[in-house]
Amino acid sequence: MIVFQGVSKKFVGDGQTALEDVTFEVDPGEFVSLAGRSGAGKSTIIKLLIGEDKPSKGRVFFGQYEVNKLRDKELPAFRRHIGVVFQDFRLLPMKSAYENVAFALEVSGRPQREIEELVPQVLDMVGLADKMKNFPNQLSGGERQRVAIARAMVHRPEVIIADEPTGNLDPFHTFEIVKLLEKINELGTTVLLATHDKEVINSLERRVITLDRGRIVRDEKEGKYILV
Amino acid sequence: MFTVISRIFHFGFKNFWRNGWLTTITVVIMTLALLVFSWLIFFGVVTSRAAASIEDKIDISVYFNTNTSEDEILNIQQSLEGLSQVQSVDYVSRDQALSTFKQNHSADQTITQAVNELDSNPLEASLNIKAKNPSEYGAIADYLSSGDLSQYIDSVSYTQNQSIIDRLAHIVKTVEVGGVVVMIVFALLAGLVVFNTIRLAIYANREEIGIMRVVGASNPLVRGPYVVEGMLCGAISAFVALVISAPILYAVNPYLNIFIPGMNLFQYFLSHAVALFCYLLLFGIALGGASSFIAVRRYLKN
Repeated sequence: MIVFQGVSKKFVGDGQTALEDVTFEVDPGEFVSLAGRSGAGKSTIIKLLIGEDKPSKGRVFFGQYEVNKLRDKELPAFRRHIGVVFQDFRLLPMKSAYENVAFALEVSGRPQREIEELVPQVLDMVGLADKMKNFPNQLSGGERQRVAIARAMVHRPEVIIADEPTGNLDPFHTFEIVKLLEKINELGTTVLLATHDKEVINSLERRVITLDRGRIVRDEKEGKYILV
Repeated sequence: MFTVISRIFHFGFKNFWRNGWLTTITVVIMTLALLVFSWLIFFGVVTSRAAASIEDKIDISVYFNTNTSEDEILNIQQSLEGLSQVQSVDYVSRDQALSTFKQNHSADQTITQAVNELDSNPLEASLNIKAKNPSEYGAIADYLSSGDLSQYIDSVSYTQNQSIIDRLAHIVKTVEVGGVVVMIVFALLAGLVVFNTIRLAIYANREEIGIMRVVGASNPLVRGPYVVEGMLCGAISAFVALVISAPILYAVNPYLNIFIPGMNLFQYFLSHAVALFCYLLLFGIALGGASSFIAVRRYLKN
């Protein structure tokens, strides 16, 4: 489903290497954690996967798409196959929780009736049925991240990519978010989680790809977070 | 397609209300720009009226020798009317000239008495000529001084007033050309100020644009609401600018009348309010929409 083939990424300007010859595959329905210190290359992998950046070398595939070859105007349609959750939530500040989640359906041209039916269901699933009308600045960090997850999953994407989703949360809310991602995975959606949180990775007991200075140093089926 | 368009308008209207102070600032700046635009229109009207009023005061008079017959003068009038440069030619007979003279000096007993004591009418018949363009009086004067006609003519006022007429003609031309240049420069400046204001407003929204792109929004769905918002700002600014113009023109009108007699700018405003609103609306909507369209473009990559 997701394939990285000999991918390297060098930044223009300082020439720093973010990724070097990275190769891995993710199958449908898997829950994969990308582990590593800050700057190990986790976020770069995610940026390359959603087409926010292009590799200097190698190829990135998602289903039938060769992501590194997609043109700007092809990106929106491609991204509708993916749900993305960020550390900083990236919610639209001028939209309520309901509207933020509905937006993911509106961009795919879903009919209004379907949106009105689906959005409350998904917000209920993430435990925010009573805060649908609240704007992001009226929600706590954990609640905002749950809205972001609801937005990422509402259009039933094939994969959910979470880039340090618990980075800004306390341990209680971290646990909540991880449980939510596990639940989504149990429903059949592939989950790719980038994190440097040892506790999170160890509690999952799923596949772990460990990165260090842009290289994959370990890829284990039921891995742990082991510092290099 | 219909769903996308209706969502673009829905988001555009919603953003307009929710963006609060950003929308207010944009509307204020656009209103100022549209006020400049509407005053440029008034400036155009005032300059053209001022030029017309100067032009109206310029003419040349041809005075004929007292022994020239009326038929000969009327023939010359006809030939003058046939010239392409001539707009109108008015004939003033010797008797008419005398009665006008008497009427003008009726209060002055000495002059009235002196005229009454004369045996014959000393005044000459004349033709008052108006040219289509003030710069063409020279050509008309040349025609009059040609060999055939000069035998009948005593004097031509152009030769006496040539420098004043030329200077007035130059002023008329300068006012007209200058007016157009000023209008273009100020319209461009107003447009640039509005464009930069909208660019800054969209710069403040660049992260939101990025989020929409990550969620999978197509370019029209990202850009459309900003364009609608810009157009709405333009439409509201057009209305505000029109409402603000009315009392200002009402206050300025009496002073303007001193410089250009017969000019009623407020009356002009009232009789052209609908057309003016349409111009402002068109300019405001086009400026707001186009500025947003261009400003969002740079954030639609990746």
